[in-house]
Amino acid sequence: MRELAEILLRGPSSLPSGEREMIATFVSTRNDCYFCQTSHRAAAAHHLNKNYELVDAVRFDYQNAPVSNKLKALLAIADKVQESGRNVTAEDVAHARKEGATDLEIHDTVLIAAAFCMFNRYVDGLATFTPTDQKLYDEMGEQLAHVGYGKSKPAVDTATVTAR
Amino acid sequence: MAHISLPEEYPGIRGPMMFRPETARPLNELVEVLLRHDHSLTRGERELIATYVSARNDCTYCQTIHGAVAAHHLGGNEELVESVKCDVENAAISEKMKALLAIAGKVQISGKLVTTEDVEKARAQGATDLEIHDTVLIAAMFCLCNRYVDGLATWAPEDPDFYRKRAELIATQGYTQSTIAALA
Repeated sequence: MRELAEILLRGPSSLPSGEREMIATFVSTRNDCYFCQTSHRAAAAHHLNKNYELVDAVRFDYQNAPVSNKLKALLAIADKVQESGRNVTAEDVAHARKEGATDLEIHDTVLIAAAFCMFNRYVDGLATFTPTDQKLYDEMGEQLAHVGYGKSKPAVDTATVTAR
Repeated sequence: MAHISLPEEYPGIRGPMMFRPETARPLNELVEVLLRHDHSLTRGERELIATYVSARNDCTYCQTIHGAVAAHHLGGNEELVESVKCDVENAAISEKMKALLAIAGKVQISGKLVTTEDVEKARAQGATDLEIHDTVLIAAMFCLCNRYVDGLATWAPEDPDFYRKRAELIATQGYTQSTIAALA
């Protein structure tokens, strides 16, 4: 699963890692998963010169966030996928293409959104231990952004994960 | 027609997997471990969980192919698979499986819906922590797969025999091998 996250969020792509982490953060926010949205918010911010304000603008009101129209069109697709893949229309995809999105970018947006629908359910379905110390998430985000998912030790893996 | 240019001869999840083999590999490895590795839940039971979640997500390809794989592992019992999809309470499965499917059904909507009571009920029916863990992860994983398949508008064959034959191949070769064969 870490390998999947590494490829999707940090692997070679025409979408910068900061934008891909914002898609992950946005979907995790929509799924109300505290651990995922907070850790990926920090990872996104660390890709974007610690611009937490921008990440929060995308989380809560992406239509009015200062991001490209292409990213807004991709976030609209991610938004649909979060609810159901069936909600994505040909118009959503045509709109993203018109804003310059490639097939690979559309593919990766759908898969990032789908993957976080998995991660969020995994984390919350087992009621995993969730730290609340924001400094810890900031450090985690720095590591996820600059070291990656393969070598880092996210808290969810080191914490005692016990089912309720 | 799919939303992006996928190789047309591959239905369902196989189209985007051929399109992006880098991400196909970890996805196939995960599904191989979850649905096929040695486990106290049988392969048939784990495929039933995958089928149940995919049916609830209304994903035609996933519910049909995993339903066929489940039936294959359950001695060809397609009626049992149908009953789990349509009327789980009255299906001829163990109380433990019913309790695990109840957890999977919650996860399908949101992980947050799983309660201590749901987990205690599964434990009372004999479910282990690993079985509960894997049920949650299988359900979560299929929330990924279903969205991936439908979010890109992949196509699904209508002929039930297509799925029966493919199920036989998966049951013999597994998910990783049957994909490698297609990629070769």
